[in-house]
Order: sequence, then C-alpha cells, then structure tokens
Amino acid sequence: MAKFIGRRLLYLLPVLLAVTLLTFLIASLLPGDLAITLLGDQATPEKVEALRAQMGLDLPIWQRYLLWLWDVLHGDLGRSFRTGETVLAAVADRLPVSLELMVMAEVTALLIAIPLAILCAVKSGSATDRFLTGLAFGKLSLPPFMVAILLIYLFAVSLNLLPATGWIPFAEDPIANLRSFVLPALTLAIAEWPVLMRVLRSDMIATLQEDYIAMAKAKGLRPARILLVHALKPSSLTLVTVTGINIGRLIGGALIVEVIFALPGIGRLLVGAIYARDFIILQGAVLFVAVGFVMVNFVVDMLYAVLDPRIRHGRA
Amino acid sequence: MTQPLLSVRNLSTRFRTDRGLVRAVDDVSFDVAPGETLAIVGESGSGKSVTALSILRLIPDPPGKIESGEILFEGKDLLKLDDAGIRAIRGDRIAMIFQEPMSSLNPALTVGLQVGEPINLHRKTVWSKALDKAAELLGKVRIPDGKSRLNSYPHQYSGGMRQRVMIAMALACQPKLIIADEPTTALDVTVQAQILALLKELTREANSAMILITHDLGVVARYADRVAVMYGGRIVETAPARPLYKSPRHPYTRGLMASVPRLDGDTGRPLVPIEGQPPDLASLPAGCAFALRCKDATERCHRERPPLVESARHHFSACWYHERLAA
Ligand SMILES: Nc1ncnc2c1ncn2[C@@H]1O[C@H](COP(=O)(O)OP(=O)(O)O)[C@@H](O)[C@H]1O
Ligand code: SF4
Ligand SMILES: [Mg+2]
Repeated sequence: MAKFIGRRLLYLLPVLLAVTLLTFLIASLLPGDLAITLLGDQATPEKVEALRAQMGLDLPIWQRYLLWLWDVLHGDLGRSFRTGETVLAAVADRLPVSLELMVMAEVTALLIAIPLAILCAVKSGSATDRFLTGLAFGKLSLPPFMVAILLIYLFAVSLNLLPATGWIPFAEDPIANLRSFVLPALTLAIAEWPVLMRVLRSDMIATLQEDYIAMAKAKGLRPARILLVHALKPSSLTLVTVTGINIGRLIGGALIVEVIFALPGIGRLLVGAIYARDFIILQGAVLFVAVGFVMVNFVVDMLYAVLDPRIRHGRA
Repeated sequence: MTQPLLSVRNLSTRFRTDRGLVRAVDDVSFDVAPGETLAIVGESGSGKSVTALSILRLIPDPPGKIESGEILFEGKDLLKLDDAGIRAIRGDRIAMIFQEPMSSLNPALTVGLQVGEPINLHRKTVWSKALDKAAELLGKVRIPDGKSRLNSYPHQYSGGMRQRVMIAMALACQPKLIIADEPTTALDVTVQAQILALLKELTREANSAMILITHDLGVVARYADRVAVMYGGRIVETAPARPLYKSPRHPYTRGLMASVPRLDGDTGRPLVPIEGQPPDLASLPAGCAFALRCKDATERCHRERPPLVESARHHFSACWYHERLAA
C-alpha cells in the first residue's frame, strides 16, 4: 500500500510542473500589466518601470518561473503585490466556499442519480425508464450557465424562494449559508446527474441478472435490501470512477458557477487575479486546484479497493 | 405414505419468448415426504431448474409465468401466498442451493454477512449473534477457522469451498426442505463426491427433506430415496430409487442409464449416448415427446401422448408400453 501511495505522489510532480508552467505562459500572453493596474493609467512610464523591476516583472519569463518554483519548493507561495495578502491566506479564505459548493453539488447529483438509476434498472424497458433515460441524454446539451440563468429566473426572480447571489458565512447563519448554495449546487448537479444515472443504471441492470441476486431472493430478502445491499455495491464501481472523473469537471464548473452566483470561492479568486494581472495569486490558486484534481483521482483509486475486494487483494 | 411435506400438483410454467410459448414445465406433479430425498433427473433443458424455481416462485416474470397448479407446502398453497408470505418461506422453511457456486455468492459482500443474513432476517437475531451462528455453520460444512473466515470474500475461496458456503447458507435456518439444483455440476469430479456426501449428511442430521436436481443418474443411486425423471418439461417416470434403477419402465430412463457409467459393477459395459436432440419446448409434438428418439416408438406414440400411470407399486411411467418394458 505504501508503495502504491508513493508511486502516486511521484506521478503528481510532473503534472503540477506542467500545469503551473502552462499557466505562467498563458498569463504572460495576456495584455495588460499589474504595475499599471496598481498605479493607475495616469502613471509615468518611469514609475511603471520601477515598480515592474521591484516586482521582478522585467525578468524573462523562464527566469520568473524558476524563481517562483524555487520559492514554492521552499514553502513560500508568495504574496499579492496588490493586496499584500499571502497566497496561502487568500486560498485558505476561499477554499471552504468552493469545497462546500462542490460537495453540495456532488451530493445533490448523486441524490438525483442513484434513486433514478435504481428505478430505471428495476423497471428497465418500461415507459418510466425510457422517459428518464431520454431525459438523461437530453440534459447533457444544456450548458451550466443556461441552467443557472433558468434557475435564477425560476427560483429567485419568479418564485422569490432563494437568493440568486451573495453568500453568508456558515458561522454567522447556517441556514442562510446553505440557502445561498442551493441554486449554484443545483446548477452543477443538473449538469452532473445524467452521466451518473446512466452508468449506474446500466451496471445495475447487468447486476440484477446475476446469479447472486437470484440467490438473495431465494433467501427471502426484501426487494429494498436486495437493491441497496446486494445490487448497489457491486454496481457502483463505474459510478465511483465517473464521479471521480467528474469532480475534475466539477472543479471547472464550480469556478464558473461561483462567478455567476457571486460566491467568494477559488473561482472568484482566480478570475479576480486574472483581471488584476495578479500572477502570484493566479499561480498559487492554480497550483491548489491542480493538487486538488490529482488528489481526487488518487482518492478514487483508493475507493476502488474498498468497493471491489478483488482489487484490494490484488486479483483483479 | 405419511402426509407429504411438499405436494406439487399439476404445475405448469411457461415462458413467452421470441420463438413462441415455451412449455418449460407442463402438468408436473410429485410429492416429497418429510426427511426424504427426491432426485429429479433429466437432460439439460428438460425443465428441472424451472420446476425448482417455481416452487419458491422465483421465475422471472416476464418472460415466465406459473400458469396453473398448486404447490402445497406443509398444507399451504405457496402460489396463494402474498409477497411477504412467500418471502417468509424462502431461505427459512425452504432453502435453495444453486448450480454455480462461482457466481451465486455476492463478490462485494463478506461471507459472514451472506451466511448470517438468513438468520438475522428470519430468526430476528441481532447481527453479532447471527455472525456467531454463521461461524458455527462454516465449521459444520468443514471450513476450518470459521470465526476468522467471516470477514473474507468469496473470491478468496475455491469452487468447492464456495459450494460449502452455499450449503452453510442453506442450512442456516434449519429448513424443512432444501432444493439443490445441480449442486456439483460446476465442480471438479474429485470435489463432487465430497460435497454431495456432506450435503446428504447434513440434511439427514437436520432431518430436512431434499430435492436433488442432477443430470447424473450415478449420483441418484447413491443419495436419493425416490427419483423423478423429466423429459420435455414433464415427468416421464417416477419410482423409489432402487426399483427405478434396477428395472426402469421408460425407454428414456433406460437410455439415460446406458449413457452413464454405473456404480454397481458391470464396468466393462460400453456407454451408449441417447441419439438425437432433446425436444424443442416451444413446439412439442402431439404424441409422446420422446417418440422421435425412441427405438420402441410406434405409430400410436406419435399420435397420442401417454399418461403417467402406476405401472407397479409406487412406480409410475408415461410410456404406452411400460408393461412390456417391465418384462
Ligand atoms: N428465463 C427464461 N426465459 C425463457 N426461457 C427459459 C427461461 N428459463 C428457462 N427457460 C426455458 O425453459 C426450459 C427448461 O429450462 P431449465 O428448467 O433451466 O432446464 P434444466 O432441466 O436444464 O434445468 C428451457 O427450454 C429454457 O429455454
Ligand atoms: S410412448 Fe412410445 S415413444 Fe414414448 S417412450 Fe413409450 S414407446 Fe417410446
Ligand atoms: Mg438447470
């Protein structure tokens, strides 16, 4: 097991190097300049040059990258020239919001997908199944921002049930905090559930044909126990994989949805940093997202072992 | 005969398929006395498994359906029970052992959970006690170290060991009847005898009756009290094991016996397979289903179906010429 984890961590390094280097390159292609942002466009060229030199922006890009990397390897992610906030503090401040959003989104997606998948599998081929499966395919074509607009229109504008934007810290008012996540989480979940439902449905249909399900019936078990204990667990391997892979997509989606719903998460931090050309914050935040992404895939691999004992015992 | 434990009366089970209506079990009747072992034999596709599954109402519907008949168990018609009623019978009063030990245990659940489950369910035993009982059962089927095996998974067991687990699971609630559907067909020949001997020993010990389904008449001679021979979805001959084995009164049974090695001497006898194919259950002939393969068939056989009649005491045969065969 230790070897497995070690190998995984080694594999993390090249990914992180590639991602941060790419961000550096892309960011340097953006027009505009942090010095101008900070000094205002009335500043004299001399003053701008001086500030650029102070921030190290006059160095060639590869040098800047190596310097940044050197600092990161020494545990220093840097601080924003603009706000003086350290990257660590900025990320730590925003991360809980993004995590809460993603967890709520994934949980919502699973809460929609699992019961529907079971329903479809049990009644496979029925009108209900055909309708839901059709829905699951159709849904894929609606992009999240469209869904967001529809949800805002329906629940915030027309029905006035939920806030469209804004965020209240959990510690201040837990209910209001959760309410502010409902629409953004639902937006993401609506994009996520169809694929989860489809993989679980088809695995579940296959599982229900297995001899051990007939055996479970022959033991006198109730349908609910057969479905939830005997069928769901062996059917959820692909679901876990797809959930894992989708968390990657979810991270991307969450960044966008945060901006639409004005949630102060990593997404807003990134977008703010891009607008301000605040590269230190941008790099730091991207590094965190990338680490998060790789860690998710790592956890998914571990979950496999839990779900399928054959993998755990190296007999897959 | 004492009051039967199980009495199957005129059971007919059909499947609606693309090829038409398959009469998998057609007007089948038999009894099982308490503690008795009844063997059901016949070639593959003769309706043995469907008969077994019908008893516990495990026929997948659609495409299958029990069309008619009665299945009286301890005096109650199982076909008239509601869902909760039949669930209370399954795994408790009547237990099932399937043919494929490799695929009949859930790969994702521990052996302990699977063996303890019927006890927890039917005896309302708390899980910790049910697991103790499961460990004890594993000991009974000679899986050493039962306690520490509870947390293992089926893939860690060989085929023979898995079938032992299935037997432990079947015995969990001391059922009155165990239905074993070809319990050893999927196993190594060397393991087959061990498993059958174990099964027989434990059912006798628990005083359970057993329906032992097999296509191997050799097995029957050794373990069964009575035998029902199935052909084309019907019972064509049924008798106590010894007379059936000594003097079969149906050409199909004779053919079966000639095609398997016999346990009692006569080892030099050449094996003669029955020629031709088993009948298509979707389009059975009007007369005797065996007529196309039967050496003794006459014009009458093709025209009229022979009924199952008592040819000798407790010895029934569905052949027009059963008396001639007795001679
Ligand atoms: N689920 C099913 N769907 C359609 N036909 C079936 C099904 N199960 C069994 N049958 C048919 O019933 C007949 C008897 O099968 P079975 O009882 O399994 O035979 P066996 O004697 O080998 O156990 C076969 O012809 C088979 O095609
Ligand atoms: S009835 Fe006729 S065809 Fe059928 S088994 Fe007897 S002799 Fe053969
Ligand atoms: Mg069978």
